[in-house]
Amino acid sequence: MRVIVQEQPFDLAAEVESFAKGRTDLGAVVTFHGIVRGDDTGTLDHMMIEHYPGMTERALTTIAQEAMRRWSLGDVLVLHRFGEMRAGDRIMMVATAARHRKDAFEAAEFLMDYLKSRAPFWKKEYAADGASWVAAKSDDEDALSRW
Amino acid sequence: MIYDVLYFAWVRERIGLPKEKVTSDATTVAGLVADLCAREERYAVAFSDISALRVALDQELSTFEAPLDGVREIAFFPPMTGG
Repeated sequence: MRVIVQEQPFDLAAEVESFAKGRTDLGAVVTFHGIVRGDDTGTLDHMMIEHYPGMTERALTTIAQEAMRRWSLGDVLVLHRFGEMRAGDRIMMVATAARHRKDAFEAAEFLMDYLKSRAPFWKKEYAADGASWVAAKSDDEDALSRW
Repeated sequence: MIYDVLYFAWVRERIGLPKEKVTSDATTVAGLVADLCAREERYAVAFSDISALRVALDQELSTFEAPLDGVREIAFFPPMTGG
């Protein structure tokens, strides 16, 4: 299991390539990566992601451990960036490896749902007409109830 | 007791600093918030609707009713927007 919090961009291909490499007992790998989405009006200049150093690593580790406990997984990777990003930049990724795909898919969704509202990150969007904090969505909180 | 109090996102912006030492005799998070609000207007503004805020005690999510026994670090922030 690996949990990584970093400012610099990550090499998605290299992470996917090395994840669970050489494990002949695992037949399924699911990866997800999140990208900074431009707004509908195309005015987003950049986004700043703030986090709580220390708590972030603890929260991500707790979430990853919970996924390992609930599903039969051979490995888990959670990587999340902070700092300045622009539309199209990769913000984060998760990867799960399991014997069978169902565990890998479900665990990846669980990780994403928990990352959304239980990992201490906050996004601020900067556009030509000003800056604003991204508000949490009630849907994101509701998504936790299914687990 | 002296606590390390941290603020993030718009809470940090409204209070005007990311971190400070706070001395308080409060026994709960809510009591500490009341102490801060009594100090200066900027705290009262930041904490005007605590239902819009979250709190972590020693880097674990907690509640405003939680006791402060043994706690060293208290952080206030809006709901998180990771992912």
